Amino acid sequence: MSDTIVTHPLVVGEVGPGCKKVDPIVVADNVTRTFGGLTAVDVAHVEIPRGAITALIGPNGAGKTTFFNLLTGFDKPNTGDWSFEGHSLARVPAFRVARKGMVRTFQLTKSLGRLSVLQNMLLGATKQPGENMFTALVKPLWRKREEEITAKAEELLARFSLDAKSDDYAASLSGGQRKLLEMARALMSDPVLVMLDEPMAGVNPALTQSLLGHIKQLKEEGMSVLFVEHDMHMVRHISDWVIVMAEGKVVAEGPPDTVMRDQAVIDAYLGAHHDTDLGEMTGANPVVEAKEAAAKVAAKKEGTV
Amino acid sequence: MDWGQIFTNAAGELLSPVTAAYALAAIGISVHFGYAGLLNFGQAGFMAIGAYAFVVPILSFDAPLWLAFLSAILASVLFAFLLGVPTLRLRADYLAIVTIASAEIVRYVVSTTGLTAVTGGATGLSGFNSGFTAINPFPDGVYGFGPWTYTENQLWIRVFGWSLVILASILVFLLMRSPWGRVVKGIREDEDAVRSLGKNIYAYKMQALILGGVLGSLAGVIYVLPRAVQPTNYGTTLTFFIWTMLLLGGAATVFGPIIGAMIFATLLTLSDSILRGLISADIITFISGTQAGQIRFMIIGAVLMLLVIFRPQGIFGNKKELSFNV
Amino acid sequence: MPVLLRRVPPVLSVLGTVLATVVAAILVVLTIGSGPASAATTPEPTPTPTGDFTNTFTIGGIIRDGDTPLEGVEVLVEGSGFEETGVTGADGRWSVSPPSAGEYTATLVPETLPEGVAPRDPENITRDVVLGTTNTVNVLFPTGEGTVSNTSIWDTILTRAVYGLNFGLLLALGAIGISLIYGTTKLNNFAHGEMVTFGAVIFFFFGTVMNVALPLAILITLVLSAFTGYAQDAFLHKPLRRRGVGLVQAMIVTIGLSILVRYIFLFFLGGNIETLDTGLTSTITAGPVTITVASLVSMGISIVMLVLVGLFLTRTRIGKATRAVSDNAGLAAASGINVDRIIRIVWIMAATLTGLSGILYGIFRQVNWNMGFQILLLLFAAVTLGGLGSAFGALVGSLVIGIVTEVSTVWIPNDLRYAIALLILILVLLIRPQGVLGRKERVG
Repeated sequence: MSDTIVTHPLVVGEVGPGCKKVDPIVVADNVTRTFGGLTAVDVAHVEIPRGAITALIGPNGAGKTTFFNLLTGFDKPNTGDWSFEGHSLARVPAFRVARKGMVRTFQLTKSLGRLSVLQNMLLGATKQPGENMFTALVKPLWRKREEEITAKAEELLARFSLDAKSDDYAASLSGGQRKLLEMARALMSDPVLVMLDEPMAGVNPALTQSLLGHIKQLKEEGMSVLFVEHDMHMVRHISDWVIVMAEGKVVAEGPPDTVMRDQAVIDAYLGAHHDTDLGEMTGANPVVEAKEAAAKVAAKKEGTV
Repeated sequence: MDWGQIFTNAAGELLSPVTAAYALAAIGISVHFGYAGLLNFGQAGFMAIGAYAFVVPILSFDAPLWLAFLSAILASVLFAFLLGVPTLRLRADYLAIVTIASAEIVRYVVSTTGLTAVTGGATGLSGFNSGFTAINPFPDGVYGFGPWTYTENQLWIRVFGWSLVILASILVFLLMRSPWGRVVKGIREDEDAVRSLGKNIYAYKMQALILGGVLGSLAGVIYVLPRAVQPTNYGTTLTFFIWTMLLLGGAATVFGPIIGAMIFATLLTLSDSILRGLISADIITFISGTQAGQIRFMIIGAVLMLLVIFRPQGIFGNKKELSFNV
Repeated sequence: MPVLLRRVPPVLSVLGTVLATVVAAILVVLTIGSGPASAATTPEPTPTPTGDFTNTFTIGGIIRDGDTPLEGVEVLVEGSGFEETGVTGADGRWSVSPPSAGEYTATLVPETLPEGVAPRDPENITRDVVLGTTNTVNVLFPTGEGTVSNTSIWDTILTRAVYGLNFGLLLALGAIGISLIYGTTKLNNFAHGEMVTFGAVIFFFFGTVMNVALPLAILITLVLSAFTGYAQDAFLHKPLRRRGVGLVQAMIVTIGLSILVRYIFLFFLGGNIETLDTGLTSTITAGPVTITVASLVSMGISIVMLVLVGLFLTRTRIGKATRAVSDNAGLAAASGINVDRIIRIVWIMAATLTGLSGILYGIFRQVNWNMGFQILLLLFAAVTLGGLGSAFGALVGSLVIGIVTEVSTVWIPNDLRYAIALLILILVLLIRPQGVLGRKERVG
């Protein structure tokens, strides 16, 4: 680390692991999760900024997905507390987390293959009275809402170029289309914070650009985004803020360009799969590649001197 | 041998109250397994609960008929709730083991000698049907034709039983094309996905468990209305037979359970009559009539195996939609 | 064509299993059918077109003082215009054959009990019996020195606990089989109860009907049991795995197999309850506990076998591979373990152990067509209690179930003891879903 104090418009005071944000949407304290003797997550303090795209990165086994699962209620922590928009969310069941406006997707897509694409979308909607067992029996009670959400679903499907597939079983979609469907489905509930678990995993290069565009658009529409990723390039292109985890802890955070020069980050990645995680990239740009390599070398020298 | 008599018996079985009870119980499992992906292997327990909760108030407390029905429904709701609380959060096969075990507990409890005063012990209960025949709207007489010729009381129980089956089918149809059904079908496939969309899957699974359980309990009532309550009927085998009917017709379909029950009941009667006919006509000499009765159960076992392996969607099911991988 | 050829064999072998199972069962049991049928005390069934499974009606039972059969005890059966007194033989068994279905009462004649033995509940020596959907009803008259002589409750508990230990140990043999199969394939095998019955029936045939020497009869039984394990995997479950048939589907297939095989047993064995003759009926008394030599030998065999299984799993290469497959089949396959071979070995081992458990259970109680199915849930309960997939857990769970079912009869009616075992299962799931010894992460 250099001696100069680094500041950033998203941050109050100095930038560093666990730094305070101007307007945090999620604040987590002392979150730990152990499996047997292994501590998978041990986060002392972290804040996620509002209205920004935040990337959660780190080598394999850094605890990113576990932390992600904890925040969204899909796993239970051993200790810790966190709040979302000021409400404590620790140990709140996953469905309530989603209802509060924190909606997630999954690394292995969970599009429901035996429902049609449109049905998948409608499932994402909220405030459908027909989802109550008794109201469900009387169609007039829920027909109007069904029409509203169908219109909304069709609009979103068009935006994600899935409108032609509307009546097909979701099982017939390609891997990338399923990712799109899952993201579109998450938007049905007008979330405040969208949590994407490795949105680029298993997506072909042609779709990658389109996915990146959709993620950026979420921010433009006023949503906050937190995504787990280990592809550094994608992180750099679209994220405003990067949080780096290694061995369960937050080891660095900052804007993408700074973070990639951070010694802790390089150590974390070198300790694992340096080449894989930093270098390999879909549609890699040789110039960027070279620049980055140079930056890495520079950063390394800076650290060792 | 008298082929006419054989087919008359089999055709009569098509509309018998027992077939109606089977169909209703199979609709219940269709809600559980076909739509919600819940492995209920204790449907016989729900039927027993329905039968006893219906009969005991009548015999022990002189309860009116409507109260007995209410008691059967409430008891099954309570039973479903007790089963669901510990197991619905766990993996699917735990529910299978707990439901099958609970159904056996019910059977042991109602047949224990200590409760003979209330449940009749191993003898079971009888003599509760007068209240039901008393409200028979059909005047005395003979109704129907051919294999479907009934006295007024036989007609009344059939009309009543099959009306319940039709009502249950309509109820399930309405529910399954509603947003509620959409959520439940989503849960059948992937709980986590539905959970991530803000649905309380625990509540939905509980509702499905209760709904199917109540249908099972009403099936238990229909099952005993024309005769007596006999605890040995409610063994695990009954549950497995109802599963066979459901898979025969096709889980997650509206007509599957009904057609499955009809085919099952008819084939059971038909195969038995034919085998016995062949034996009495000395065409088959190497087995006894008793053994003929057992052959049809072997056939059921083999049919169940072959069906699940080669046509898991049943007669009506949509292979793309049916989920076996709960 | 190649596609067709590749498609056909699994289909054929699935069919083959059904056949193989049937043929195996028929071949062996056929002779039993002809053997004891003539020797049996029940009259020849007369075919009448009723809806009943069989037309031979039997009310019977066994009267024992602890493990000792009592001879010359009378039971009066009357009802539906029928009256007959059954007298127990040297094996403690009595039976009467009413002519038709109906309601009967069976009353123990306490005066005919030997000195010092009394009904456990002297107020309740009459049982209502209904012959209807079942044609053989077993009536229990628990006796003991307990209520009449001054045996302390602790002695009774201790006695029951020893019987429970025996029961638990033989359950463990079957439960470990379930657990190993579940561990390696994640399959809940509902046909496991029939594997218990198979062991008992085969042993009954060779040991009692054919009078083959005891060790030889056991050996034959175990070899044939092992073959059923081989057959189930080779002709049914391996092809199903190849077809990518889901676990729930495969589970329902085992339910079908269970029904099929159970009624094959009934077909040949009839509704009779048979007693195994081991020639080891002398008793040993240690303190308050009286136990037959057969029970002691049974416990000894169980313990030896369980120790051997334990050593196999922890010390041998194949045993370690088995545990590796249970842990993570994909990983095991990637590290060069032949998963299919391990599963085959597990099936054979499970079937052998379960066949042995059937022999011992037949000695502990009696042999009938339904015996395995009746304890199937106890086996599942034991396995779930201990933690699904854990072999050691299955042992602990079995001992708990065995001892609880026996000891609970001190306080609750005999006919509710299995209910208690199942209730404990549900309570444990409520508190500790992963089982007593299971790992928490297993519960998905």
